[in-house]
Amino acid sequence: MDKVAVHPPVMDNPAGRAARGRHLQGFVLQSPAIMLLLLWSVVPLLMTLWYSLRNYNLVDPTQQGFAGINNYWYLLTDPDFMTSLENTAILVGGVLAISVGLGTLLAVLYNEAFAGRGIARVLVISPFFIMPTVAALLWKNLMLHPIYGVYSAMMRAVGLTPIDWLSRYPLATLVMIVAWEWLPFAVLILLTAIQSLDMEQKEAARMDGAGMVAQFINITLPHLSRAITVVIMIETIFLLTIFAEISVTTAGGPGVASTNLAFLIYSRALLQFDVGGASAGGVVAIVVANIVAAFLLRAVARNLET
Amino acid sequence: MARTSTRLRHAAITVLAWGIALWMFFPILWMFLTGFKSEPDALSTPPHFLFHPTLSSYQDVFARENYWHFATNSVVISVMATLVALLVSIPAAYAMAFLPGPRTRMTLLWMLSTRMLPSVGVLVPIYLLARATGLLDSRTGLIVIYMLTNLPITVWMLYTFFREVPVAILEAGRMDGATRWQEVTQVLMPLALPGIASTGLLSLILCWNETFWSLNLTSSIAAPLTTFIASFSSPEGLFFAKLSAASTLAVAPIMVFGWVSQKQLVRGLTFGAVK
Repeated sequence: MDKVAVHPPVMDNPAGRAARGRHLQGFVLQSPAIMLLLLWSVVPLLMTLWYSLRNYNLVDPTQQGFAGINNYWYLLTDPDFMTSLENTAILVGGVLAISVGLGTLLAVLYNEAFAGRGIARVLVISPFFIMPTVAALLWKNLMLHPIYGVYSAMMRAVGLTPIDWLSRYPLATLVMIVAWEWLPFAVLILLTAIQSLDMEQKEAARMDGAGMVAQFINITLPHLSRAITVVIMIETIFLLTIFAEISVTTAGGPGVASTNLAFLIYSRALLQFDVGGASAGGVVAIVVANIVAAFLLRAVARNLET
Repeated sequence: MARTSTRLRHAAITVLAWGIALWMFFPILWMFLTGFKSEPDALSTPPHFLFHPTLSSYQDVFARENYWHFATNSVVISVMATLVALLVSIPAAYAMAFLPGPRTRMTLLWMLSTRMLPSVGVLVPIYLLARATGLLDSRTGLIVIYMLTNLPITVWMLYTFFREVPVAILEAGRMDGATRWQEVTQVLMPLALPGIASTGLLSLILCWNETFWSLNLTSSIAAPLTTFIASFSSPEGLFFAKLSAASTLAVAPIMVFGWVSQKQLVRGLTFGAVK
C-alpha cells in the first residue's frame, strides 16, 4: 500500500504525472499476486512459530499453555531428530552427487552428434516427469522386489542371491530411486546450458592440441559452472523435503533408518498429533531451507542484472 | 588412421548414449509392458518379455478401482490451479516487464523466496487451517495451495517471456490510440501466447505430480492420482499388473506434455537463470 507513497516526490509536470500514473497502474496490476503471496508466506510462518512455543496436542486437551523453548529442547535432545538430520543430509548429498556428477558427464555425452540423438535425449529425460508415488512403487515392486523384481531376476541369472534392498539398505536405495528422478533434471538443464557453448572456442582449443579431458576441464566446466550452481540449489530445495518416496516405500523405517526431517515432522504432526513438537521441527526445516535459498537468490539476482 | 579412430569414437558414443538412455527408460518401459500382462504373468520368475497381452488389468482399474474419480480430481485440480495462477500472474508479470518501478527487482526476488519456503515447515498450520475451514479432502483446498505454490514460478516465467517482446511494438499500438486493455489483449497476448502456453504447461506438470500436499490433505473425496497410486503401496502393490496399468494411465499424459515442452521448461524451472 505504501509502495507508491514512499517514492521520491515527483515534480508536478506532465512527465512526472505520467510516471506516477505508470507506477500506480503497475502497482494495481501486481497487487493481487503480491497480496496472495504475502498471506501465503507470512500467516503459516507465524502460526508455525507460535505453535512451536506452545504445548499443543490434537488428541490430548490437557496439554496446553506456553511451552517456551521446551519443544525445541525436546526435539534437539531426541536421538531420532539427529538421525533424521543425518538422513536428510545423506539423501540430499547422495542425490546431488549422483545427479550433478553424472548429469554433467551425460550432458556432454548427449551433446555429441549420434544417430537418434533426439529420441535418446527424450528417453533419458523422461523419469523426471514421473510422479513421485509412481516412481517409488515402480522401483519398490517391479524393479527391486526381492522375489518378483527385474533386478532380483538379473541377480539370480548371474548366480547371486537377490537382496531385499529397501529393508537392508533403505537409505541408499532411496538415494538411488530419487536420483533416478532428479538425474534427468540435471541433464535437461545442463544440456541446455552446454548448447550455448561457443563451438569456435572448443575448436580452437582442439587445434591447439587440447585433449578431451583438458577441453572438458578448461572450457566446458567453467562454462557450465553457473548452470551447475542453479541445479544444485534447486534440487536442494526439493530434496530437503522428500516425502512421498519415503512414505510409500519404507514409511521411514526400519525404525527411523530412512526418516528424514520432512517425514519426522509429518509423523510428529499427523501420527502423534504433537502440534508443538512438529512445529518446532518445521521451524528448523524453514531455517535450513532459508540458508540454501539465500545462496540461490544471490545467483538468480546476479542474472537479473544482465 | 585418424578416420578410423573418429569412426570408432563415434560408434562408442552411439552405443554408450543409447545404452544409458535405454537403462534410464527401462523401468518406465517395463511398467508399460506389465500393465498389459495378466497378474500371474506379471509375477512370473524369471520375468519374461514375451507374453499374451491382455487388457484385463486396465478393465480392473477402470471398473473396480474407480480410476475416473481420481483422474477427474487430478484434471480439475491441476487445470483450475493453473488457470487461476495465470489469471493472477499475467497482470503482475506484465506490470513488472513493461511498467517497472524501482522495486520491481526486489519484488521478483521476494516472490522467488516464497517458493523456497519448505512445505513441510508449514504442514501443521496449513493442516489445521484446512481442518478448521472444512477444506480437508476438498478440491478447493488443493487448488488454492497449488495455485499459491506455483504463483512465483508462473510470474517469473511469464516475466522472462514478456521481457522478450519488443517494447516498440507495444508503443506503436499505443500511438495508434490503443488503450492499455487493447494493448494487452490484442498486441501482447498474440505475441506472448507461446510463452503463456508453456508457462501453463509447466504449472500443469507441477500440479499433476505434486505429492506432499495431496498425500497429507486428501484421502478419498478430493484425492488425485498421486494419492490413488500411493494406496497401492502395500499389500495391494503386489498386484503388479494392476499397479502398472494404473501408473501408466497416471503418468502418460504428463510425460507427453514434458516431451513436447522440455526446452521451455528449463526456463521456468531455473527462473530464467539458464536459457
